[in-house]
Amino acid sequence: MNKTCYGQLIFELSRPGRKGYSLPQNPWADTPQETLPAALVRTQPVGLPEADEPTVARHYTNMSNNNFGVDTGFYPLGSCTMKYNPKINEEVAALPGFTSLHPALPADYAQGALRLYDETQKILAELTGLAQFTLNPYAGAHGELTGLMVIRSYHMKRGDTARTKIIIPDSAHGTNPASAAVCGLSIVQVKSLPDGTIDIDSLKEVLGPDVAGMMMTNPNTLGIFEHQIPEIARLVHDCGGLMYYDGANFNPIVGICRPGDMGFDVMHINLHKTFSTPHGGGGPGSGPVGVRSGLEAFLPCPKVVCRDGHYELVKEDGETLGQISSHLGNYGIIVRAYAYLLSIGRENAHLVGQLSVLNANYIKECLKAFYKLPIDGLCKHEFVFDGLREDYGGDHSDPAHATTLDVAKRLLDFGFHAPTIYFPLLFHEALMIEPTETESKDTLDAFIAVMKQIAEEARDNRTMVKTAPHNTPAGRPDDVRAVKDAIFTYKPTAD
Amino acid sequence: MAKTIEGLYYSESHEYVKVEGEYGYIGITDFAQEQLGNVVYVDTPDEDDEVTAGETFGAVESVKAASDLISPVSGTVVEVNEALEDQPELVNEDAFANWIIKVKLSDPSELDALMDAAAYAEICH
Repeated sequence: MNKTCYGQLIFELSRPGRKGYSLPQNPWADTPQETLPAALVRTQPVGLPEADEPTVARHYTNMSNNNFGVDTGFYPLGSCTMKYNPKINEEVAALPGFTSLHPALPADYAQGALRLYDETQKILAELTGLAQFTLNPYAGAHGELTGLMVIRSYHMKRGDTARTKIIIPDSAHGTNPASAAVCGLSIVQVKSLPDGTIDIDSLKEVLGPDVAGMMMTNPNTLGIFEHQIPEIARLVHDCGGLMYYDGANFNPIVGICRPGDMGFDVMHINLHKTFSTPHGGGGPGSGPVGVRSGLEAFLPCPKVVCRDGHYELVKEDGETLGQISSHLGNYGIIVRAYAYLLSIGRENAHLVGQLSVLNANYIKECLKAFYKLPIDGLCKHEFVFDGLREDYGGDHSDPAHATTLDVAKRLLDFGFHAPTIYFPLLFHEALMIEPTETESKDTLDAFIAVMKQIAEEARDNRTMVKTAPHNTPAGRPDDVRAVKDAIFTYKPTAD
Repeated sequence: MAKTIEGLYYSESHEYVKVEGEYGYIGITDFAQEQLGNVVYVDTPDEDDEVTAGETFGAVESVKAASDLISPVSGTVVEVNEALEDQPELVNEDAFANWIIKVKLSDPSELDALMDAAAYAEICH
């Protein structure tokens, strides 16, 4: 890559007066500015970069070539379900009937779009065993907040105002306590057992008339199925709380078992995980929220309602928790998920769960002689290694041991995205791998071979691992400085 | 290996209390800073805030994770280690010298529920 031309910021490529556009004459250029408050009138030039079109095009194209996505290579980022996004999703979402749709169009003129929304929510309800879904939330965490608002509305409606606590396992995703706090609930942590499942005795201690509900994933963060889930749901329900299912780990159970049947009352789904819509790079995401029968009325507006084959948009109905998004959420993402759901079909849905579990277990079994596996046995869609084994450079009593960070950095040299590292916090050297069902055995074998090679390097040629990556556009960024001295605006350096 | 210091009181969530008269200096242990990695931010309470044993009084953010600080004792914050605002890395350099808050203890008997250095070293692995 030509560093002089393309390894620079667009600001550094700027040349005074150079431009790649031609705008019509500005009729307001000579308008006096005294009508504006003095504080709002710019006194310095804005300092936008000035460059010709080829420079701009090459600058951004070269930057995009440094990016990594599921179209570039294998992306085993645990807890993120980075499955391949089939191109048919894009083809369908690009149909002019969807792209030209204005969100304020009256329902009479958008019957097809509303039908797609309704059919998508019905499929999700069938797959999860719940009664009804809203597709309005913009992302997973937004779905969590919406779901918790449903739980709060349910208690408020019954006049049960003392329920202010939400129970969250210590292995939960960080968004769970964050969403609960935003919803005005206080968080009670419940301990997990060494295998990451819930400690029922600890749970019993915190149950009471002040509990609004409990948030869980199943399988849990370690990829282990919570076999005690009926008992947990019974305990929480008996004390008057509701069960919330975080759909982050829904992938391995698609078509196999259903949160509604496990006793969950409210859940969200990440379409950008389980249903193959784009994930990473900041979205857009989509976090539909489903509820069991009896809670439908609390769902946010606008609601899509079908009366005698005609779809209507309900903007307010007295029971709703209100509006949590403008219009119907990230509609284009819903179209992609719908395309995926129909391509898979009801008869194949169970293969999503089965193959994601098979792939995870295959990698785990092939690598456990090289990496520490704290919880042996069958996992679901993902599993966690606790760093390299002692005999492969992972001996902590050696100050120069190879860490999980070193392994992750070395993986980048081979064109693989690194797994999730240092999460969950239950293990000190966590390396969390989730291959998803969309990868071929060839890809899995290539990844396994590289992981073995890295373990051998960590034993025999550790510097290679400790100084990785060697083949990427950037080496190891200074994590500490990146957080402490982050620079958000361009400032020209004096020549 | 992470070090411990005799004479301090330790909690299961890896905070320590160094007692001087009616005051306690609270910080995170050497083991905690080692596990967290490079500390980039310490969120502290204000002077005169009340802290309660077993409850959150702030947070430590490292390049790996953000962790709540759980107070091992109850009392009133009389001083905050302001040096940590600009130099959170001091916690990594010497976690025991760079305490986070100084608290006037409201119930010194709470110290009995904490561990001594030997007992704490047992749970650090």
